[in-house]
Amino acid sequence: MTDHSVQIKDLDLHFGAVKVLQNLNLDIHDGEFLVLLGSSGCGKSTLLNCIAGLLEPTDGQIFIKGQNVTWKEPSERGIGMVFQSYALYPQMTVEGNLSFGLKNARVPKDEIKRRVDRAAEILQIEPLLKRKPGALSGGQRQRVAIGRALVRDVDVFLFDEPLSNLDAKLRADLRVELKRLHHQLKNTMIYVTHDQVEAMTLANRIAIMKGGLIMQLDTPDVIYNRPVNKYVADFIGSPSMNFIEGTLERGTFRAGEFTMRMQGYDFAAGSAQDGPAIAGIRPEHIVTGELAANMPATMQVKAELVEPMGSDTLIWSRVNDEPFRIRMDGHLPVEEGEILNIGIDPARVSLFDTSTEERL
Amino acid sequence: MADIGTLNTMKAAEDPVRGQLDGPRGARPKRNLSRRNIMLYGVLIVVAIYYLLPLYVMIVTSLKTMPEIRLGNVFSLPKDITFQPWVKAWAEACTGVNCDGLSRGFWNSVRILIPSVILSISIACVSGYALSKWKFKGSEVFFTLLLVGAFIPYQVMLYPVVIILRDVGTFLTDIWQGTCGFFTSAEGSCRGRVQLFGSLSGLVIVHSIFGMPILVLLFRNYFASIPEELFKAARVDGAGFWQILFRIMLPMSLPILVVAIILQVTGIWNDFLFGVVYTRAEQYPMTVQLNNIVNSVQGTKEYNVNMAATLLTGLVPLAIYFVSGKLFVRGIAAGAVKG
Repeated sequence: MTDHSVQIKDLDLHFGAVKVLQNLNLDIHDGEFLVLLGSSGCGKSTLLNCIAGLLEPTDGQIFIKGQNVTWKEPSERGIGMVFQSYALYPQMTVEGNLSFGLKNARVPKDEIKRRVDRAAEILQIEPLLKRKPGALSGGQRQRVAIGRALVRDVDVFLFDEPLSNLDAKLRADLRVELKRLHHQLKNTMIYVTHDQVEAMTLANRIAIMKGGLIMQLDTPDVIYNRPVNKYVADFIGSPSMNFIEGTLERGTFRAGEFTMRMQGYDFAAGSAQDGPAIAGIRPEHIVTGELAANMPATMQVKAELVEPMGSDTLIWSRVNDEPFRIRMDGHLPVEEGEILNIGIDPARVSLFDTSTEERL
Repeated sequence: MADIGTLNTMKAAEDPVRGQLDGPRGARPKRNLSRRNIMLYGVLIVVAIYYLLPLYVMIVTSLKTMPEIRLGNVFSLPKDITFQPWVKAWAEACTGVNCDGLSRGFWNSVRILIPSVILSISIACVSGYALSKWKFKGSEVFFTLLLVGAFIPYQVMLYPVVIILRDVGTFLTDIWQGTCGFFTSAEGSCRGRVQLFGSLSGLVIVHSIFGMPILVLLFRNYFASIPEELFKAARVDGAGFWQILFRIMLPMSLPILVVAIILQVTGIWNDFLFGVVYTRAEQYPMTVQLNNIVNSVQGTKEYNVNMAATLLTGLVPLAIYFVSGKLFVRGIAAGAVKG
């Protein structure tokens, strides 16, 4: 029981007839960094608000540190929350912002000062303590917002898209800092985002949500390499996965002229080995050049469009009249219109059932 | 990026064709006396004169003596300035039964104004806050009903309110006299009566209630424009209903408070109808007294006193606008009807 920091049991949330969350179960380990990932409207922020106690669930229970907090006030749950828009109190100084929650909890003055100083030191915002939020930059504001959660000395940190309002470079910097903070504090952190890079880099485990349901809950590595269904496969990865519709016959995948013996492919237990299927191939797993011929499956494609990105080059092509993306080394010269030999390793492919879109 | 350095080198490279650089350059010069400006300022000046001329006539007339007024030059400046009309309007003019000028009405108005403004704004502020941030089942219906109230003409409710004030006063008197033995045993303490109709307290209540729809609308919309996340953050920080209101919301609400104060001060100060209906002669507010002075039919019309009295009555709203005009505009924009 103590191993679990946050447990969600059969959580339902309806807004009138709209079911935002349906029968949701989630166990989050102590000290884990869990990312809730999904496109907008999938219910990830709603779930976070339920954990925080800012929204009342229609049904179900929430446990934090083994305690049933379903009916508790947000401040009594042992959580700290960081919001996308920072939500700093504009008329208070940074110090006032940090100490507001502690004053409400009637923490003694010297204790408040000790905790504020510690948080300011961790986040390196000591010189800003006397300033008002209006005089801070976006990154500094978000640090203060994190600090406000930090001073409360809580078990669980909740982040609601904390980096979405920052520019790209600052976002990358703060992302690293958040990871470092997690290593340092070892608190449980639940992090909502729609940015898959943030999810992949920060998370111990990722929960991919769609329509109020968790599609897959696993480590970034498994989510990326073994997505449970086509939605997850499509959602994770940039540029996104190529899908080729075809049929599976006795361990061989066929789509038009393209055939691929699925040797080395780890079929899910009990899944059908025959019938219509979709092969998902990541653009970065396609081998080009001389090595392509060594691969178990090969084909020829025409480079229709070339997007050089410096570190690598993205090639747009077509297979069976569907767009097909290939990511290759930026050093190799490719002309538009060139015919490329490509090779595919079946072990790195994901096969999905055409009707259920579940992984085979 | 083309910074200044590279621009300069580009210019140097083009030196042989220097002639092409003589054309228009930099910001286009603007003529001050363009046709557009003449129209704009012309209209503004005409409108300003239209509104300022009556004020000018009032001020000038109030400083003239009666013989000078009778000469009929309305626009001429006073030959010898006299402040006698102002003194008379303030302290000596007769209104109905008593002859102590507008001063009595002024203090009555102040006594009505201050509690009404404080009471109505406090209630509206809390209601607007609750209706925007602590939505409860039926809060939208409640708000709609309140808004409907803003569209009902006051005249419809005049007489019903008279009855309500009278009956509630009687009812409260009964309760007071029935229970007063519990609280005090002093001799004669139970003889007091609660009088709402025909008293200042009744008028204060009426003003507070009738100000509610527009004020609640104002506050609700302003609070609704404050980000929801700020409110959530405060809840996570353990602040309750009142703490969030006083520590977070109110310090951010200066513009809307100013708007509410201006609306209420001018509205209540300028009110005539409620003042004349719900109070007695010795409690008439300034506006009612002004009417009694200006419209009195006995004796000669003292135009200079009338003008001075009118100006005196208008002084309070005028001062309010001068002091807080800028904040007013900002607040009106902030509380603009939204969601």
